[in-house]
Amino acid sequence: MIRVGKDKLDPGKELSAFEKNAGDAGAIVSFLGRVRGDKGAKAVTALYLEHYPGVTEHSIAEIEAEARERWAIDEPLIIHRIGHLSPGEPIVLVCVSARHRRDAFEAADFLMDFLKTKALFWKKEIGPDSETWIEPRDQDYKDAARWDDNGKDS
Amino acid sequence: MARILFFGKLADLAGGRQRELQLSDEIRSVGQLIDQIASDDELLGAALRQKSVRYIINEQIEPGDVISDKDEIAFLPPVSGG
Repeated sequence: MIRVGKDKLDPGKELSAFEKNAGDAGAIVSFLGRVRGDKGAKAVTALYLEHYPGVTEHSIAEIEAEARERWAIDEPLIIHRIGHLSPGEPIVLVCVSARHRRDAFEAADFLMDFLKTKALFWKKEIGPDSETWIEPRDQDYKDAARWDDNGKDS
Repeated sequence: MARILFFGKLADLAGGRQRELQLSDEIRSVGQLIDQIASDDELLGAALRQKSVRYIINEQIEPGDVISDKDEIAFLPPVSGG
């Protein structure tokens, strides 16, 4: 399931519901991304995120389908928030269930690398006296490139 | 009228996220559209020409280059999610 929206995100509640629906999966991996309160020496008072309604969700669905081809996983849960967020708030939650843990770990890792570098979101850091649209770091691109050779990173 | 969408820093530069634009008959490609935008706003035109900026036509992730006056053209700066 893919959800993109402004609603508050309660990770405990989401994970609990996901687990109840996980059937006989032997493993569940979840990743929760939160808003950091600083960028190096610079304070961040808020984040603002926007997306391209419909198109963003569609692009996430495509990468979800790719993950399900590459690993033996069930339908993942992907929640991404938009709008104004404060430091410490959850921003993204990815839950993946699978028969075995390795598939769940790798697919969650893959999905997050995609969400950081390819999904259609734009993120602005708002500080006490400046606002900056941010782009993925080199490390984010390197992380995403790990999956390029079409082989599992096993 | 064509609908032009701007995201992220491009929306700030354009002074809004959306613009309705009457495309003249000569405009048939995204490059020509950018030329028209640049003739009014050089700074925005230069930003749209950056290699890192991608575009989507009528919500197609891998669009061609051909546009008409009924299309929705979205300009996308580098993304940053998660």
